[in-house]
Amino acid sequence: MRIWPVASGVAWRTLRNIIKTPSLLLPTTLFPLFFFTAFAGGLSQVQNVPGFDYPAGYTSFQFVFVLLQSAAFGGVFTGFGIARDFESGFGKRLLLASPKRSGIVLGYALAAVGRWVITATVLTVVALLFGMNVFGDPAEVVALYTIAILLNAAALLWAAGMAFRFRTIQAAPLMQLPVFLLLFFAPVYVPLDLLTGWIETVATYNPITYMMEAGRGLIAGAPTEVALAFSLGFLMIAAFGVWAFRGLRRAEAAG
Amino acid sequence: MRRREQARRPAPGAPTVSLAAVQIGAVASRSIRRTLRQPAMAIPPLVFPVALMLVNSAGLEPSTLLPGFPTDSFLAFALAVPFIQGALFATMGAGTELARDIQTGFLNRLSLTSLRGSALLLGHLAGVVVLGVGQAIFYIAIGLLVGVEFAAGAGGIVVLLVFAILVSFGFGALGAFLALRTGSGESVQAMFPLLFVFLFISSMNTPRDLIAVEWFRVLATLNPISYLIECVRSLIITGWDIQALSLGFGIAAVIAVVSLVLAAWALTRRMTRT
Repeated sequence: MRIWPVASGVAWRTLRNIIKTPSLLLPTTLFPLFFFTAFAGGLSQVQNVPGFDYPAGYTSFQFVFVLLQSAAFGGVFTGFGIARDFESGFGKRLLLASPKRSGIVLGYALAAVGRWVITATVLTVVALLFGMNVFGDPAEVVALYTIAILLNAAALLWAAGMAFRFRTIQAAPLMQLPVFLLLFFAPVYVPLDLLTGWIETVATYNPITYMMEAGRGLIAGAPTEVALAFSLGFLMIAAFGVWAFRGLRRAEAAG
Repeated sequence: MRRREQARRPAPGAPTVSLAAVQIGAVASRSIRRTLRQPAMAIPPLVFPVALMLVNSAGLEPSTLLPGFPTDSFLAFALAVPFIQGALFATMGAGTELARDIQTGFLNRLSLTSLRGSALLLGHLAGVVVLGVGQAIFYIAIGLLVGVEFAAGAGGIVVLLVFAILVSFGFGALGAFLALRTGSGESVQAMFPLLFVFLFISSMNTPRDLIAVEWFRVLATLNPISYLIECVRSLIITGWDIQALSLGFGIAAVIAVVSLVLAAWALTRRMTRT
C-alpha cells in the first residue's frame, strides 16, 4: 500500500505543472487539433478513392488516428517531463524520498493519462462540432478510448525507460522519433487493404495498425480485431514496463 | 599574417563595393561553416522533409486514382513539398543562429567594427541561400533516384534552382527579421508551429480543385505557400505552366522584398539599441 502516496504525489505534481504551464499544455492540446483539421479537411476526397469503404466517413476515420496519436504523444511528452525532472535534480530527490519507487512510474503514468484526458476531451468536442459520425454504441466508444489509454501507457513506459537511462532532455528525439515513425507507418490515410508497396508490408507488421483498425471499427459500429488490439496494447505495456523499471534501476544505481 | 591582413584590406582608391563584397563573403562563409559544423542543424532540414515525403507518398498513393488527379505518381506530386518545407526549416535555423549572435553579444561586438549593417544582413542571407541551394540539389537528386521524371526537363531543374535561391532568400530574410526583432532563439523557434500550420493548410497533399471541404479550399487558396508548392510542382508534373510559375515567382519575390525591408528596419533598430 506504500505505493499509492508516492504515485498520487508524483501524478498530482506533474499534472499541476502541466496545467499551470501553457507552453507544456498548449502544444499537446493544439497539435492534435491541427493534425485533425489538416487531415480531415484537406484529405476528405480520399474517401472517394475506389475501394475506400468506411461507413462513418473520413472525419471519423481520421479522428481515430489523431486520437491514438494524441494518446501516444501524451505519454511521450510526459516522458520529457521525467527527463527534465532528472536534469534539474528533482528526480534524484524523488528517488531518495520514495519508500516505494515503483510508485514513481505509476505516478507519471497517471499524469500521462490525466494530461491525455484534457486533450481527448477538446479533440472529441471539436470533432463532433466538425460533424464527426459516431455509429458505435456507448460500450464500443468506451472500448475505443480504452485502446487509446493502453497506447498512452505504453508510450509513457517507453519514454520513461529512455528518460531514466539518459536523465537529460537531450534524449527527447530518441523518445519521440520511434513513436512518430510507428504511428505514420500505420494506415494513416487509407485502410490497410488499400496500401501497396513497402508501406503495406511495414503496416502489416506494425502493432499500431491493428489498434487503429480496431478503433475505426468501433467508432463505425462494426467492431473488428478488437481482441487483437487489446492484446497488443497489454503486450506493449508489459514489454515497455520491463524496459521502464530496468531504466529506473539504472537511475537508482547512477545515484 | 601582416601580408594576409594587407591582402584583405582594400587598396587605397579601390571601389567600396569590393570591401562590401569581402565583408559579405566573410559573414556568409561564417554562416555556412557554423551550420555545417552542427549536424543537428544541417541534417534535419535534409532528412526530415524527405522522410515525411516518402511516408506520405506511400500512404496517399491511392489518391492518384481520384478522377482529375494530375499525375499517376504521388511521389512526383509530393516532391514539391520538401523544397518549401526545407526552406521553412532553414528559416528557423538561420534565424536561431542570428538570435544566438545577439544573445551572446557577438552582434554588439560586430557593431564596434567597420562591418556595415547591409553586409551583415546580406552575408547572413548569402549563407542561407547557399544552404538552400544545397538542399534543393539534394531533393532533386532524391527525386531522380526514386524515378521521378521532371516534366520541364533539364531547363526546369535550372529554373527550380533559381526558385530555390529566391525562396531561401525570402524565408532567410523572414528568419533574420524574427531574430532581430525578438533577439531570442527560443522566440524564433516558437514561430515554427505557425509556419508548419501554413504548410499543412495548403495544397501540399491534394490539388486545390480536389479539396472537397470548402473552408479548407478557401484557406488553401488564400495561403501563399500553396502557390510556392504549385510552382515547383508544375515544373515536375506539368512542364512549363506560365501561370503557376508567374504566381510562384511573384509571391516568392514579394515575400523576399517585404521580409528584407522588415529585416533591414529591425537591424537598424537593433544596432541603434546596442
